[in-house]
Amino acid sequence: MLEIKNLKARIGDADILNGVSLSVNAGEVHAIMGPNGSGKSTLAQVIAGHADYEVTEGTVSYNGHDLLALEPEERAREGIFLGFQYPVEIPGVNNAYLLKAAVNAKREHQGLEEIDAFEFLKLAREKMAVLGMDPKFLNRGVNEGFSGGEKKRNEILQMAMLEPSLAILDETDSGLDIDALKAVAGGVNALRDPERAIVLVTHYQRLLDYVEPDFVHVLSEGRIARSGDKSLALELEEKGYEWVREAANA
Amino acid sequence: MSTDPENIEDLVNRRYEHGFVTDIDTESLPPGLDEDVIRAISMRKNEPEFMLEWRLQAYRQWLEMIEPEWAHVHYPPIDYNAISYFSAPKSDKDRPKSLDEVDPKLLETYDKLGIPLHERARLAGVAVDAVFDSVSVATTFKEKLSEAGVIFCSFSEAVNKHPELVKKYLGSVVPRRDNYFASLNSAVFSDGSFVYVPKGVRCPMELSTYFRINAANTGQFERTLIVADEGSYVSYLEGCTAPMRDENQLHAAVVELVAMKDAEIKYSTVQNWYPGDENGVGGIYNFVTKRGDCRGANSKISWTQVETGSAITWKYPSCILRGDNSTGEFYSVAVVNNYQQADTGTKMIHIGRNTSSTIVSKGISAGNAQNAYRGLVRVMPQANGARNHTQCDSLLIGKSCGAHTFPYMEIKNPSAKVEHEATTSKISADQLFYCRQRGISEEDAVNMIVNGFCKEVFNELPMEFAVEAQALLNVSLEGAVG
Repeated sequence: MLEIKNLKARIGDADILNGVSLSVNAGEVHAIMGPNGSGKSTLAQVIAGHADYEVTEGTVSYNGHDLLALEPEERAREGIFLGFQYPVEIPGVNNAYLLKAAVNAKREHQGLEEIDAFEFLKLAREKMAVLGMDPKFLNRGVNEGFSGGEKKRNEILQMAMLEPSLAILDETDSGLDIDALKAVAGGVNALRDPERAIVLVTHYQRLLDYVEPDFVHVLSEGRIARSGDKSLALELEEKGYEWVREAANA
Repeated sequence: MSTDPENIEDLVNRRYEHGFVTDIDTESLPPGLDEDVIRAISMRKNEPEFMLEWRLQAYRQWLEMIEPEWAHVHYPPIDYNAISYFSAPKSDKDRPKSLDEVDPKLLETYDKLGIPLHERARLAGVAVDAVFDSVSVATTFKEKLSEAGVIFCSFSEAVNKHPELVKKYLGSVVPRRDNYFASLNSAVFSDGSFVYVPKGVRCPMELSTYFRINAANTGQFERTLIVADEGSYVSYLEGCTAPMRDENQLHAAVVELVAMKDAEIKYSTVQNWYPGDENGVGGIYNFVTKRGDCRGANSKISWTQVETGSAITWKYPSCILRGDNSTGEFYSVAVVNNYQQADTGTKMIHIGRNTSSTIVSKGISAGNAQNAYRGLVRVMPQANGARNHTQCDSLLIGKSCGAHTFPYMEIKNPSAKVEHEATTSKISADQLFYCRQRGISEEDAVNMIVNGFCKEVFNELPMEFAVEAQALLNVSLEGAVG
């Protein structure tokens, strides 16, 4: 589904990714771990198409097409979802309005009819119940005055509504208390599907207790220093990131 | 991929859609202004003597006045003798009795503007007094209104048919010598609308006027007077578009509202005059005096405006809260793009006891445009228990535009409660990227964010007008980000 080859990217003058290669297939859950500044978030942003990051080398193909040639909204409509580490507030814009516009943008792209208001609300309420969200959230401004946990749940709600093929969750676990973490993990697990790939970008192994990954990759200095199965995350937890860096440089 | 703020500026640049000139011969007066011109205007309109006298006095006062310079706007000096002060469609002599009799070219113009008058009137049940240039050419739904006793006609008609009402109320809110542009308007006003809602009558429909400036070099001097007698209610919609022009056109309108005891007037405006091109060439100079007088107890006047057009906007719809317990409201969205300049706001003058006022101003600036909010809240010594809440928010799109806030407060009664809140924000690249990552195009994202910003004001507009206003806003900001 996603094929990244020797990807190099920078922001301003700073090189962040120094040759990342990664292959993600449908049905798989990948965890990308690594210390602060290793390039985890950059990788997520580059896949989503953030303009601040300049790709200097390498290729990213998605379902056989050149992903880097697409605008961010086109990538989204093609089924790529990024759960943001810091979801932005958009005052005055109704949460339901944004969500419906997003769902319809994708449906239009797929040649489907717009979802009607009734159907939309029904679906949204169902998904919110699963996530333990109050339906009142729909009528609030997008992330406006939300707590950290509410923002993250809102990201998972958007993901659930958009049913992406490739979901990348950037530090979705950060700043969550245990209840919120469980709710978010439940939301992610509910979306596990043979047709769907999920990439979890995380600093800690905590989330992986609840969402079990098929593969774990450790980023260090803009490269994947080590890949393995879920036991790698545990080993990492025990030995620390320094161990990976030393091993990589050895 | 282009979400960084520098490129945001590019998304504001769709050209003015309504830029065309209707080819109808006009019997315009030659440029220039003196007492003879005023006599000629008055004569062409078959005005009674009192009206001519009123105009002449205004003109003499105007001659002694100086053009104001305090506003945060810049423009080359206006040559008032280069302006023609009267133009009328040829069909004027033979006033149409219905739309069938209206010059088809005129109707075509409305069609181009997306305002199919007859359709609109019929489907929406809105009475329309359309002002094309200076003379009203189509008035509909008059019968239905007259059944209710509501007078809704062109100002010229009111001068002839209801001189006692005109005499009584004209200039009673905006005196002839109120300010430079109001005096000029008083001297040369061409036409406009007149509304009288009798005691206890709730106007059965929303009243609507579409203004349009045509004919090059013709100043447009509208005069509107709305009187809501005791216990009555009226909602009035004003909307306008204009053809593309190279030279600047002066527009100096006056609107007077009078609300008697227990009466309510809701006045909504969507203003879309030609703002000039991307380089700031051309565009309408819009110097407007709008004022409402809450004359009786428990009366209410509410101004809602969506301003997207004009090269220069100088406009402060105001409320004089004279009656006890009277209420004044001002809800405004002002959008400026390219080289547009707006200096707009309101005045709330608290005179009666327990009067309250609400001000919600949303300023949006893009391109190289400058947007200023100027508001005055004055609480007179006798105005016990006066309350005001002012909220003034600015949204910046791009790096070269500006937002300015000039709040004035003069509080002479210690019991007054006055609050002022102000914010300035930018459409951030992060907000745009967030929306785009959800599959929403950049342009739709800008519209969504801007509309979210303006929501409180749009909520105050009548439904169909709100939809129009939103569409207009989207057009105005198209190309602002890219």
